[in-house]
Amino acid sequence: MTGFADFIGGFGDIMTVKVTTTVNGKPVSGDVEPNTLLVEFVRENLGLTGTHVGCDTSQCGACTVHFDGKPVKSCTILAVQAEGHQVVTIEGIGQPGNLHPMQAAFQENHGLQCGFCTPGMIMAGIGIVERNKGTNLSEETIRAELEGNICRCTGYHNIVKSIAAAARGN
Amino acid sequence: MYNFTYHRAGSVDAAAAKLAESGDAKLLAGGMTLLPTMKQRLAQPSDLIDLNEIDGLKGITVSGGTVTIGAMTRHADVAASAEVQQAIPALAKLAGLIGDPAVRNRGTIGGSIANNDPAADYPAAVVGLGATVVTNKREIAGDDFFTGMFETALDEGEIVTAVRFPAPQKAAYFKFPNPASRYAVVGVMVAKTASGVRVAVTGAAPCVFRQSDMERALSGNFSADALSGITQDADGLNEDIHASAEYRANLVVVGAKRAVAEMA
Amino acid sequence: MRKFGIGQPVRRVEDVRFITGAGAYTDDLNLPGQAYGYLLRSPWAHAAIRSIDVSAARAADGVLGIWTGADLAAAGVGDLPCAISGVLRNRDGSVLEVAGRAVLARDRAMHVGDGLAFIVAETLAKAKAAAELIVVDAEELPAAANLADAVHGEAPRLRESAPGNICFDWEGGDAAAVDGAFGQAAHVTSIDLLHNRLAPSPIEPRAALGHVDDGRHVLRTSTQGANLFQRVIAPVLGIDQEALRIITADVGGSFGMKEFIYPEHILVLFAAEKLGRPVKWSGDRSESFMSDLHGRDVISHAEIAFDADGRATSLRVHNRANMGAYVSLFGPGIQTLGGARLTGGLYAIPAINVRVTGYYSNSVPVDAYRGAGRPEAAYVIERLMNKAARELGLAPDEIRRRNFIRPSQLPYRHPLGFVFDSGAFEANMDEAMRLADWAGFPARRDGARARGRLRGIGMSCYIESSVGFGYEAAEIRFPEDGTIEIVAGTMSAGQGHETVWAQIVTEQLGVPFEAIRLVQGDTDRVKTGGGTAGSRSTYMVAGAFRLSADQVIDKGKAFVAMLLGEPPESIEFSDGMFRSAGSNRSMSIMETAAAARRDGEGLDSGATFNHDISTFPNGCHVCEVEIDPDTGKVEVVRYLVVDDFGRIVNPMVVDGQVHGGIVQGLGQALMEHSLHDPETGQLVTGSFMDYALPRADDLCAIESSYNEVPCTTSPYGVKGCGEAGTTGACPAIMNAVLDALAERGVTELDMPATPLRVWQALRGAR
Repeated sequence: MTGFADFIGGFGDIMTVKVTTTVNGKPVSGDVEPNTLLVEFVRENLGLTGTHVGCDTSQCGACTVHFDGKPVKSCTILAVQAEGHQVVTIEGIGQPGNLHPMQAAFQENHGLQCGFCTPGMIMAGIGIVERNKGTNLSEETIRAELEGNICRCTGYHNIVKSIAAAARGN
Repeated sequence: MYNFTYHRAGSVDAAAAKLAESGDAKLLAGGMTLLPTMKQRLAQPSDLIDLNEIDGLKGITVSGGTVTIGAMTRHADVAASAEVQQAIPALAKLAGLIGDPAVRNRGTIGGSIANNDPAADYPAAVVGLGATVVTNKREIAGDDFFTGMFETALDEGEIVTAVRFPAPQKAAYFKFPNPASRYAVVGVMVAKTASGVRVAVTGAAPCVFRQSDMERALSGNFSADALSGITQDADGLNEDIHASAEYRANLVVVGAKRAVAEMA
Repeated sequence: MRKFGIGQPVRRVEDVRFITGAGAYTDDLNLPGQAYGYLLRSPWAHAAIRSIDVSAARAADGVLGIWTGADLAAAGVGDLPCAISGVLRNRDGSVLEVAGRAVLARDRAMHVGDGLAFIVAETLAKAKAAAELIVVDAEELPAAANLADAVHGEAPRLRESAPGNICFDWEGGDAAAVDGAFGQAAHVTSIDLLHNRLAPSPIEPRAALGHVDDGRHVLRTSTQGANLFQRVIAPVLGIDQEALRIITADVGGSFGMKEFIYPEHILVLFAAEKLGRPVKWSGDRSESFMSDLHGRDVISHAEIAFDADGRATSLRVHNRANMGAYVSLFGPGIQTLGGARLTGGLYAIPAINVRVTGYYSNSVPVDAYRGAGRPEAAYVIERLMNKAARELGLAPDEIRRRNFIRPSQLPYRHPLGFVFDSGAFEANMDEAMRLADWAGFPARRDGARARGRLRGIGMSCYIESSVGFGYEAAEIRFPEDGTIEIVAGTMSAGQGHETVWAQIVTEQLGVPFEAIRLVQGDTDRVKTGGGTAGSRSTYMVAGAFRLSADQVIDKGKAFVAMLLGEPPESIEFSDGMFRSAGSNRSMSIMETAAAARRDGEGLDSGATFNHDISTFPNGCHVCEVEIDPDTGKVEVVRYLVVDDFGRIVNPMVVDGQVHGGIVQGLGQALMEHSLHDPETGQLVTGSFMDYALPRADDLCAIESSYNEVPCTTSPYGVKGCGEAGTTGACPAIMNAVLDALAERGVTELDMPATPLRVWQALRGAR
């Protein structure tokens, strides 16, 4: 038998839903309409504007965040789905003076120009290094696994170089 | 996106009950197709029933030559599974070619086959490997599951819970991706199984189909040469700016040959 | 050499905020009380608008205001102007006179995406919901959306004033001399080419936030120079320039298309004034495809005449260029005053004639996109050279060798007016061929053949011209906080101006690099400026900073002299120090600036650099491809380039410009094509699902190197680098593709060389 305990959310009239989740290690909550996307929640409710929106078809990857430790496109997840999960955005991985190695590698290797795709690239890059831990990460693998992130400025050359450098630990 | 009522289902039964009572509810699996469609205001479900928190729908088990994949198992997990890589390497490879890494971290096998996008990869695996689709109500043979463009044999209120793949003697998957979307322009799964050769084609037509001419030819002689006289009829194949019907027909033959060659 | 001076690969100072998510792009900005705008767009390619009923929408929940084209006209809002109107002269002697573009369509919708009504509501969702309640009574009219649909004799006429849909018909060069030379030719090669229509697609979509503050209109938006926006927008709104402030924070890529003023810029300001609240509009990617200005879209017919020695004597080109539904700010100027003057490239062709006919069509207007006419010119001559080489039995390098402008001919007066000041065209080609192991190519082709693949090699020897608005402005200030504030009229959209401009000023004044802060993109803080476009910014801003720095030094010398009681001519300045030749006393520039500020005037200086001379970046690209003949897929397996950008300020940043430029060229050559359905005029490539942008796995690493031949006419010998990669890439890649296909009998192929088109070409040739 179905019980009310099986569900959260409203019945009948659509109403706002309270979301309680963890973003960048801190518990956060907010009232959102069910159709609020995770990226909208992060940008508008939390004011974390480092996560960007570059398309509306889940292609460009500018909105990439880590969801339970794995890169996902936050434009294609509902905010309510983050209930009870861990979300990490670009603001959560390193700050000026205390950069994540992937951030530092992007600066050192000129892996960015306009910077708009960059947070997504960095979050995807961390995922590539994680997934290929213990292997000798090749340029070909990096290029293949960057498939979900579009950059219009750099021609990818220095992004690939940045990720390779971060994987080598320099 | 139009608004809707959101439900987080704790069990398949609960999801099914909700589906039965709601006006125009949809199940939310990975959301990789449904949410973009809703963002474009091309779909307006009254309710979304989220399956992501049902742990019983996730996971991979391999036993007795059968790989069983829970409906809510992510593509990334199938691609990375050492057990799948060992039992049916072509299936792991196919899962690793869907979308991109971030999409694979969210998209699910159940969502993919229930949606039955003509350019999706998994239908080629389900048909090409002779899989069985398990639902909350019954089991459906892979050959009977996909009935037309975005259409399946699923009844109202029926929920895919798992897919069972019998391990073939050997199998290989060829994919030619769309340069823009990276969906399959054509995908061909060729498998040599105990019950015969199967060739399943996705992307080329409105719905996945078995290429019986090729299956016959390969049954007698399982080599790329056996396919040299075979052509694919372009009639009824999909056409768009990236591929004409004739081009797709060509890719079906090229893909099958390459898949067979890969197994040699 | 200074650690942070000219020539050093200084790491970018702007990066820290971008890599930590602290960039401030327009959509990241919000103002208290802001409302949200949404633009209802035409679903038709061409329609007569009978009426627009907004009554139900106006009554909808949360709606604050709705305006149509009629409302704007009644309120006295002007049209968006074309700067080329009244400037461009047709070949019949008449001067182009074109109406501006209405901010919202009044009686006719001219393309899919044309604005019909602007809805402002408390939330974006409410604005969108209200838009669905607007009833547009329209009669759909026959459309000609693609260029090919607009140019033929049976095409529907889109404007009463434009028979044959012709917007302008311009001509340059000496037609009689060309005709004469063709009459004497030993050989003539002709070619027809398509320069495929492109959606520029910076990853940041357009956005605008307008409000009225203390009687002044304030617009926050992405630009390539805030001052141009101020100059153009103020008269459209009927306000004084001083009553309009434009603020541009971080810009997420532009490539030309954010240089322009769009209807939404006017609409947020207009609505903000009417409502007394800030109004924000943020476009999504679908709107980008149907409303961002597009690039290229030209059909070329070209003929080249040779003498018996394979030397080109004459060149004739006719380009038919799509203007789109309306002429935009520089639209008619791109293929004429911009690109056409480079027809013939870096070859010494004595007689050249080029004609450009502009056409209207039911599509988004076409204007400058990275290269803006120069890639088209390079593509025509470099494809022609390769085709002629095949016909004449010459190697691609040999036909070029016979025709290059030689160093002894420099400065070289091109038949269409430019004077090429410097360059080493043949040396660039030789170096590129050496680096590419051109001589070893046959063995690589054999290797590919053994793997069932067709391998080809191609080159392009390109020249382009960086072009300016004729001036650029800068200031150098020494505020109390001990920083150096440098102000520039240019605007960075990813090119690294905060770093590179600081390098230039460090070089000039010896001030500490880390203390320099760039001020850009705010009309209240940047008094005037041309803006960033046409690869001009580095040398133009360097000139303006040099004039400013000279003033700083003169003021400093006078101040130090006064302090020391010595005559000003006894004070010398070098390495950031003012030194007295007589007394051996010295004072750093920062000390001097602080003391001078306390004393009164300070050293703050500013200057405008007036400079109308173009520079000519050039070089040689070499590309190798492998083609899978069964699928038609082209794989770029090697790409290298030798560029002459004159003197290079920051080689790391320049490498980045080269990489990005080449990959945008690769996109045009192999993947990108904005297309409309010829029957319905609907946009077929309306998202990244259909419009193919290059991804990381679509290409290989790029090898870049430089042959620095200093420009003789520009500050520091800089030539510019922003568009060179895009200019050289298309012909190099297509020449490689055609080289690979030649053995299968394919001799003609248009861009983009997609798998489908290559496969079709192979099948057609069989």
